[in-house]
Amino acid sequence: MSPRFVVGDRVRVREAWPPGHLRTPAYIRGKRGIVCQHVGDFGNPETLAYGGDGQPRQPLYRVHFPQASVWPDYRGSAADSLEVEIYQHWLDPDQHWLYPEKGAT
Amino acid sequence: MSDRHHGHDHDHAAIEHAEASAGYYELLGSAVRELLIEKGVITAEEERRTIEAMDKRGPHLGARVVARAWSDPAFKKRLIADGTAAVEELGIEMAPTKLKVVENTPEVHNLIVCTLCSCYPRMLLGLPPDWYKSRAYRSRSVREPRSVLAEFGTDILDKVEVRVHDSTADLRYLVVPLRPEGTDGMSEAKLADLVTRDSMIGVALARPAHAPT
Repeated sequence: MSPRFVVGDRVRVREAWPPGHLRTPAYIRGKRGIVCQHVGDFGNPETLAYGGDGQPRQPLYRVHFPQASVWPDYRGSAADSLEVEIYQHWLDPDQHWLYPEKGAT
Repeated sequence: MSDRHHGHDHDHAAIEHAEASAGYYELLGSAVRELLIEKGVITAEEERRTIEAMDKRGPHLGARVVARAWSDPAFKKRLIADGTAAVEELGIEMAPTKLKVVENTPEVHNLIVCTLCSCYPRMLLGLPPDWYKSRAYRSRSVREPRSVLAEFGTDILDKVEVRVHDSTADLRYLVVPLRPEGTDGMSEAKLADLVTRDSMIGVALARPAHAPT
């Protein structure tokens, strides 16, 4: 599977609740962030966990989220952030979101 | 000091309780281990050697990597760009995971957590501490990292970005803490002594060069 996103792309994590072994934490689903690294392509843990072959391999990204957009009542500095590894099939493009420019690493 | 039932004060759990505490998953683990040996998938000797190899790994390995990064800017550059390849130069094998090294700066303080389980750079730090696997650390580090840091005695200035990395998938993370003041010209071995396990997870800073005695 070829990478769909490049560094700097604005994305939204799918807000889905399928059963099974997932590596997308619940708290980040539906949140908006910016791609900060394409880490490589890895076997899909959702089938690997059940003895499957993990194919097709999924591009894996590190995605940068401003804390204030993850937790509306976040207490800390406005610059504080979260970076989470997310597989491509959990990301939708969200190019219209106005992300504060700061933060891509 | 609550218990005097066999003639001395002691504040540990009674040994008979400790012995009786094997829970469901411990029993399951033992059963699987015995079956693997019985079926010839692994030998007890292989298991013993693997445990010994795991026990040999510890924060001294990560500290060596950090001390090298502090001393050698070219190595640090390679380490940040491709952690897996850079630690291989020091004979440390990361496979099947990849290493992501993040560097603390005057502008950014990094903190590592695995909210889903307890992913940890065991090749560099050995086994994770119990608190790293606790529900409280895993849930609170992403939600209120500054409070968690304060509980570790680590106060980060408001102007510094606290960046939390949730180790959810195939990467393992290592923090390069800020190099303490007053360490110019210090040897790599001496520098490594200042690099604690907690500073490489990001819950603490490196030791000061002249620790109070």
